[in-house]
This record gives sequence, C-alpha cells and structure tokens, in this order.
Amino acid sequence: MSHGRDSSPKPYGYIASFSTPERLLAAAKKANAAGYRDLDAYSPMPVEGLVEAIEWDDSRLGWLVLGGGLTGICAGLGLEWWASMIAYAHNVGGKPLFSLPAFLPVFYECTILFSAFAATFGMLALNGLPKPHHPIFNAEAGVRASQDAYSLCIEATDPQFEKEKVRSFMESLGADSVEYIETSEGY
Amino acid sequence: MAQKDQLDERLLTGEHTELSIDESIGGVVLDQQRHMYPPMKAPFGLKTSPWMVTALMGFTFVNIMLLAITVLLFNGIGVWGNNQPVGWGFDIINFVWWIGIGHAGTLISAILLLLRQQWRNSINRFAEAMTIFAVMCAGLFPLLHTGRPWVAYWLFPYPNVMALWPQFRSPLIWDVFAVSTYFTVSFLFWYVGLIPDFATLRDRAKKRAAQITFGILSMGWRGSAKHWHRYMHASIILAGISTPLVLSVHSIVSFDFAMSIVPGWNVTIFPPYFVAGAVYAGFAMVILFAIPLRKWYKLEDFITMKHFDWMAKVMLATGLIVAYGYAMEWFYAWYSGAPVELSLIYNKMHLFDAPYSWAYWLLIVCNVAIPQGLWIPKLRRNFKYLFFVSLVISLGMWLERFVIIPMSLTRDYLPSSFGYYSPTIWDFCLFFGTIGFFVFLMMLFVRFLPMINIFEIKELKHHLEHDKAHAAHHGEEAKV
Repeated sequence: MSHGRDSSPKPYGYIASFSTPERLLAAAKKANAAGYRDLDAYSPMPVEGLVEAIEWDDSRLGWLVLGGGLTGICAGLGLEWWASMIAYAHNVGGKPLFSLPAFLPVFYECTILFSAFAATFGMLALNGLPKPHHPIFNAEAGVRASQDAYSLCIEATDPQFEKEKVRSFMESLGADSVEYIETSEGY
Repeated sequence: MAQKDQLDERLLTGEHTELSIDESIGGVVLDQQRHMYPPMKAPFGLKTSPWMVTALMGFTFVNIMLLAITVLLFNGIGVWGNNQPVGWGFDIINFVWWIGIGHAGTLISAILLLLRQQWRNSINRFAEAMTIFAVMCAGLFPLLHTGRPWVAYWLFPYPNVMALWPQFRSPLIWDVFAVSTYFTVSFLFWYVGLIPDFATLRDRAKKRAAQITFGILSMGWRGSAKHWHRYMHASIILAGISTPLVLSVHSIVSFDFAMSIVPGWNVTIFPPYFVAGAVYAGFAMVILFAIPLRKWYKLEDFITMKHFDWMAKVMLATGLIVAYGYAMEWFYAWYSGAPVELSLIYNKMHLFDAPYSWAYWLLIVCNVAIPQGLWIPKLRRNFKYLFFVSLVISLGMWLERFVIIPMSLTRDYLPSSFGYYSPTIWDFCLFFGTIGFFVFLMMLFVRFLPMINIFEIKELKHHLEHDKAHAAHHGEEAKV
C-alpha cells in the first residue's frame, strides 16, 4: 500500500435481488452448495434460516451479555460492600453493616443495566456499526434492502470469485436483477 | 362457529406489499402533510387538524408545568399541600401513577416478545415511547420533591468532598437505581427497535436533511443477514432482561410503602398488586392513544379490532387482580386483628365518618365496577366504551394511589397526629402540566418517528401469508 489513497475502483462483488424471502433463501442454499463461501444476504426483515443457509454463525453476543451481567453484579455489590463497610461504616438501626437482603435491589438493577449495555453496544460493535457508508449502497439492491428487495451478495474476496462465472451463476438463480458492485474504499 | 365469524380476527387487514407498508407507516414521518389530516375548521378561516389541536393543548400545559416548577423553585415545596402529617402527597401519588403507565410499554415489547405474541407488533413502538415519556414525567416528581433539585446528583453514589455515601438499605435509593435503570434500558430497547426503521426512512427520504438525519440515526444499517442474526439475538436478550426489570421496578416502588410500618402499607401483597395495577393503567393509556392515532393516520389496517380485543382482555385480567388486591386489604385488616389496621379500613370505607370515603368508593366504581363490561366481546370492540373505560381506569388508578398514600398518613398510630390532606393549586398545575408534557411528547413522537415497527409488520405479513398458504395446502391434502 502506498501512502496516497488508492482510489481506483476495485470489485466488491455481485448482488442478485429477489422479490420474496423464500426465493432468496433458495438462492442462498444454491450458492452455498456451489461452494461460494464469502456470502452475505440483505433483507428488510430478518429471514429465518438465512444464516444457516450460508453456513455462518456467531454466538459471541450471549457471552458478552453474560460478561456484562457479571460485571454489573460485581460492580453493584462491590460498591455497596465498599461504601457500607469501609468508606461510610455507620450503624443504622442496628442493622448489620453488610445487609445482603437490603442490598439486593441495587445490585439486581446494576446487573440488568450492565447486561443491557452489553447487549446493545455489543450487538452494534460486532456488527461494525455505526458505519455510514458501505459498498452495497452503490447498488440499487442495497438501497432497496431496507424496503422490498431480498438480495444475495457473492463477495469478491471469495476464493472462487471470477467475474463472468459468478455473473452467469447468479443469472441462473432467476434473480430479478444482478448488479456488479465496485468500490473505491479499502475493503 | 357462526357467531365467531362475526368478529374480525385478523391482525393485519387490507392488501399490503412491503412498499405500501413503508408508505403507510414511514410516510407519516416523511410526508408532513399527513399531519394536516383530517382537516378541521378553526376560527378566522384557518385550517387545522387534530394533531395541531392536540399538540397545542399539550404545549399549553407544558407551559403551565413550567410555571408550576418556577413557582415551586422560588418558594420551596411549601407551595404544595404536603404538611404534617402528610409528607408524601401529590408528588408521590403522581410518581407512582406515571411509572405504572410506562409498564404497559415494556410488557408489550418484552414479555409479549418472549411469549411470541404476534399482536404486539403493531402497538409496541408507541407503547414503548409512552414508557419513556411516562418515566420522564414520573422522575420529575421525586426530583422536585427533594426541594433542591439542583443537587439531585447527591442521590447517586460518587466520591465527594463530604465523604458521604448513599444509604443502600433505603427503598428510596432502590428507587433511584430502579427508575434510572428502567429509563436507560427502555430507551436502549426502543432505539435498537428503531434502527432498521431509520434505515428504511433514510432510503425512502427525498429531502437531503431527512436523509442525513435518518442516516445518522440508522448508524448505516444495511439489513445484512449476519447483522440481523445478531440483532435478533440482542432483541431476545433485551426482552429477557427487561421482563425481570419491569416486574422489579414497580415492586421496588411498592417497597417505598411496604417496607415502612405505616398502617395499610406494611403488607406483602403490595409488589404484585402494584405491578398488576401498573399494567392495568398502562394498557388504558395505550388504548387512549391508539384509538385516535389509528383514525388520524389511517392505520386501521395495522391496528385492528383484534388488537383492541386483546388489550381489553389484558385490562380485564389485570383489573381483576387489582380487585383481588382490594379484597385482600379488607381480609388482612380483619385477619391481622391489629386495631390500627381495622380502624384504617373503617376510615377508608365509612360513607359518612371517613374523610376520603368519596375517593375510595369512586375508586371501586372506576377500577372494579365499570370495567366489568369488558367481559362482553361486543363492548371490547366498541370504541366509545373502550375510550370511556380507559379514561375511567386512568382516573381509578390515580385514585388508588391517592387512597393509599394520604389516607394511611392521616390515620396513623397516634390520634393526635391525625390530619387531612388538601392539595393546592400548584399541585394540580404540576400534575396536569405533566399530562400536557406527556401528550406533547407523544405528538412530537408520531410526527417525527415511525409510530409502528415497520420491519416487524413486514415480518408479520410474511408469517401470516405463510400460515395461510400452509393451511390452504393442508386443506387441499385433506380434500384429496
């Protein structure tokens, strides 16, 4: 890579768009069966079975939330313990300094709060959002993905990616449209 | 069977495509002319619309609220009716009432998501918005009741030069944590739900400013299958943690009372009874907004009679739990054998001898008697009755908090400390002001954000078509 930004267009992939989620799902299965691995699909709503069709999975979010929840419970209880036992140890109504039952609501809420933060920001981070621009927005199918287009994209990084082969494969799927996406960004 | 066919059981009516769903819901935001519908005549030949009238009324009361707050900050909380023996008056009544109203939103968005109830899809978005606005109204009351709201941050644990730390054994500190967590988590859940819809609006917007605004808000959402996978995972987790949250918030609010030794408050039934009452009042408020909004914005295809039927059934069920709570109040007073509890019931209910018996009996009429009409299927789908009963329940739930709070405080253990609570004009101004604030925020919400979840309606349409095709397929097989 040179110091100056290389702005010559590079291939990002081919995107084929379909009118229904069922047709997209069938196409995704075929593309996977044909050996394409760098696949993604774009749809206006979640389509059941789509990530299974492209044999992709990610379950890290659950672990992140577990971590968030454990952090919350430790932070909440730790704060209560430290504030009531060390920083401000006062006898209130003869109750024990460490009153676990009375401390429950605060660390319970902290657990929920930290889990919610982990779920929301973890989801955004794993998805690489916010990301205002992405090459698929260069295609009509990418803009319609939030409305009525169900599209399948075979990315140029795929080891089997050959321009003409991918194009004819996508046309054989019976897509409503097939678009070639180029990008000048470094993807 | 024939009788059942008379009722429309559909969750989605009309012929819709993905684009017509976008247009019907997203169009309300993108085409600002929709807020001038239906046209109304105003004096001096001006044209107006229900949105304008409602927003203006709300705005008027926002100003009354600001006036009430200004007067309060100049003079101190002596302008309120709180005085010995009633330290908790309108401020706590309204706090509990508003928090309760928010609960329907979380119930619809979280619990019904976990239970896979399809009827939640059309109403979850604005019910969640109601949650956020109601919690904002609620938070205002304890904040102002501190007397010095500019040092309200003292409620939070932070290292300070006074070397003080909060009293974590106090239900009031539990409230601080519960309510601030509730607001934050509700807001996150609401925002996560909005992201794909912001993307739809971004891609449909014609104006540059709208494209940029929704572009920023959508964070570049592109509907990737991998993103949807994590997104749905996050939604389910947020629903899963919001469920214990919503149950805990009103339980903790009820601990403000139940942890004390004041007669009528020191009872174990308070947490479930408060949560049921919260859902009861919350659904009433959802119906109060759903009836006019679906008409003004022609959303009859999305918010159908089936939705109202279900909401009415939830109100009926939670109303019965609340009625059970009232019956338990009599029972535990009698069963405890404590003279102070028995005399409290006498002081609540006696028609001539009890100072607030008018409030008690009005509460029974509002919360127990009138809503029993909801047993009748035709009444559950009658908008006039539903609107009326929702207003009545809102009033009834407010009266319930009124009955619980000053009534117990004015009939304490010592007859020498008996008293009577009268709110002042500034109590009423602040209360009605927050209602106006809530209405005004709701009007801004329907104008600038999609009030129904667009992608979930698309999903619902797809599921319903799939089910129909499935049923038709099986029907044919059976014929063969």
